[in-house]
Amino acid sequence: MDAPIELLRLATIGSVDDGKSTLIGRLLVDTRQLFDDQLDAVAAASAKRGVGDLDLSFVTDGLRAEREQGITIDVAYRYATTPKRKFVIADCPGHVQYTRNMATGASTADLALVVLDATAGLKEQTRRHLCIAALLGVRNVIVAANKMDLADWERAPYDRVNDEVRELGKRLGFVDPLVIPVSALNGDNVVEPSAIANWYEGPSVLEALEGAAAGSWSSSNSGARLPIQWVLRQSGGGRTYAGMVNGANLSVGDEVTLLPQGITTSVKAINGVPGNGHSAAPGLSVDVDLPVDTDAGRGDMLATEPFPSVTRELAATVCWFGEEPLIPGQRLRLKHTTRSTPARIKGIDGVLDIESLTVTTTHEVDFNEIGLVHIETSDPLTVDDYRDNRVTGSFVLIDERNNATVAAGMVGHVEFL
Amino acid sequence: MTTSPSPTAVDHLDLLESHAIFIMREVAAECERPVLLFSGGKDSAVLLHLASKAFWPQRLPFPVMHVDTGHNFAEVLEYRDEMATHYGVQLIVAKVQDSIDRGRVADPGPLGMRNRLQTVTLLDAINEHNFDAAFGGARRDEDKARAKERVLSFRDAFGQWDPRHQRPELWQIYQGKVNPGEHLRAFPLSDWTELDVWQYIERENVPLPSIYFAHRRPVIKRDGMWLAAGEFVHPQHGEIIERHMVRYRTVGDASCTGAVLSSAASISDIIHEITITNVSERGATRADDKFSETAMEDRKREGYF
Repeated sequence: MDAPIELLRLATIGSVDDGKSTLIGRLLVDTRQLFDDQLDAVAAASAKRGVGDLDLSFVTDGLRAEREQGITIDVAYRYATTPKRKFVIADCPGHVQYTRNMATGASTADLALVVLDATAGLKEQTRRHLCIAALLGVRNVIVAANKMDLADWERAPYDRVNDEVRELGKRLGFVDPLVIPVSALNGDNVVEPSAIANWYEGPSVLEALEGAAAGSWSSSNSGARLPIQWVLRQSGGGRTYAGMVNGANLSVGDEVTLLPQGITTSVKAINGVPGNGHSAAPGLSVDVDLPVDTDAGRGDMLATEPFPSVTRELAATVCWFGEEPLIPGQRLRLKHTTRSTPARIKGIDGVLDIESLTVTTTHEVDFNEIGLVHIETSDPLTVDDYRDNRVTGSFVLIDERNNATVAAGMVGHVEFL
Repeated sequence: MTTSPSPTAVDHLDLLESHAIFIMREVAAECERPVLLFSGGKDSAVLLHLASKAFWPQRLPFPVMHVDTGHNFAEVLEYRDEMATHYGVQLIVAKVQDSIDRGRVADPGPLGMRNRLQTVTLLDAINEHNFDAAFGGARRDEDKARAKERVLSFRDAFGQWDPRHQRPELWQIYQGKVNPGEHLRAFPLSDWTELDVWQYIERENVPLPSIYFAHRRPVIKRDGMWLAAGEFVHPQHGEIIERHMVRYRTVGDASCTGAVLSSAASISDIIHEITITNVSERGATRADDKFSETAMEDRKREGYF
């Protein structure tokens, strides 16, 4: 059997108008991911709007309003396969108003493909996106220094953004960011190496994506976790506990603790592992049989060492998407893994300053700001620090008046260098 | 700690399957009255198969609903009823003809397209049964508007989708709270491609209607597509009925779903054809997507699948 082809999930990030959608359009067209009728449709839409023969941004900007305004409003998901890899591409909006949608796209990414205008340098919105990607736990970034054609392929603007990105990348904890000079418009260094940039000897964007580490999203420092979603009644009277494994492999025979109850037991059987195996890797939906009938249900969690904490008080970092500011005392609903609970903002330490990466003391968090907060919950939560486990360390806050998701929350207070 | 057995290698189909099952269990747990939309097409066949795995050995904790345009392939209706029996599910049939008879929509005539009319029938049925979530088999690789849609996609009290104000959907936290009268569409196959669906059907032996495999059929070429000649499609001026070996790449309303010329008799033949084709699934088979640049977005805004 062939070795399984690895899947890389990537999100494009960066400021509006720096060319994210054009780059993805170029990447998809030049690797022949588009069918003839899709390419014809993009050409027809370009002609209709008088924007040239083929506006590559229309490959992903599929909404009427996006094409009218020439901006990306929400994430487009595209799928690509090369002989080496499968890719899920989240092409995210750059506009500050749609930061919530960028966070949606980046929250499941193994890698961020940062697109910036090399002639303009590192803009505030690009810094914001890099900060959010870093907070969300993205460690691998590839940077496309775009619009090199407008810089006549001079080396100086590339060197400048390269220095800026490397300095910021170090502070945000990115793994050695690779900066590639490209022209998304003309296709230089996107799939094929550029013939013009003879001073650049590194890989093209595609080559870099094919060589990047896959599957980093589910990496963790915690033990195995199984947030219980559903209790299955077995024929013959028993029960099994269904959910998706995260953190580490969960195996038959493992000693597990049911939380928040604190009951220690062991895994008697696991159903749903491919090939009827006895050990489930993170990302697999399974159901688990326990030796004794326990009073476990949705919202409870099975965990192995090192254990998560059970708490009603969280120190957390939140990306706030509510139109009105978040204030102390505010009541919201909190959803964490499979448990929802009423929650209250106990206090706000401050917000992250995007420019200096330090915390500014404030008592409210505005739209699109990153806040360091303290939250109290009605029901106990079983959490890990977000840096140890992205599944059990994350939550969302919900406005109960309209059920809108108003914040992305991460357990722990962020600190940058 | 005991020495753990090493985990079985997990491939991308295992992960797609697990993710879809996770979504189904979340929606079933968070919503009061979900329903699974079943057209008899391959994507809904996969959806039903996944649902049966998600709740095994229990029966599905929700019914299955077919929105019936009245323009059906006989093989598909037969298959639909067989599957309902096979999986032991409650089947609701919501008929476009009833919406026409009640005056909810204008009668487009015996040969008129009924695809868009399904939206009214679907939304009326969701109201009538108080469904607060509807599982659909739509995939993001099908269309540029679908590429923008969340896994859990909110519909307001009028059934409308607002692509400019979608709920943020972070990590794999699916929050399904809606107020009375509103509902969700849930798309567990969001991240699957056409090829993934076929590879999964092959791996799991998911039963399909026979029209997915090559068969000889009288067809009419219209706007570059092969439509089945018969009750719902008659030759118009200058058109002739030809007989060809064809198969269907999608199953929809028989008056606007095209067949493709093919000799693929098995799933592996079909997978081979898909890997070399240069026409997209909807481009090859759906007349209703060719009306305008944003045909799917416009239909979706109104509440279409």
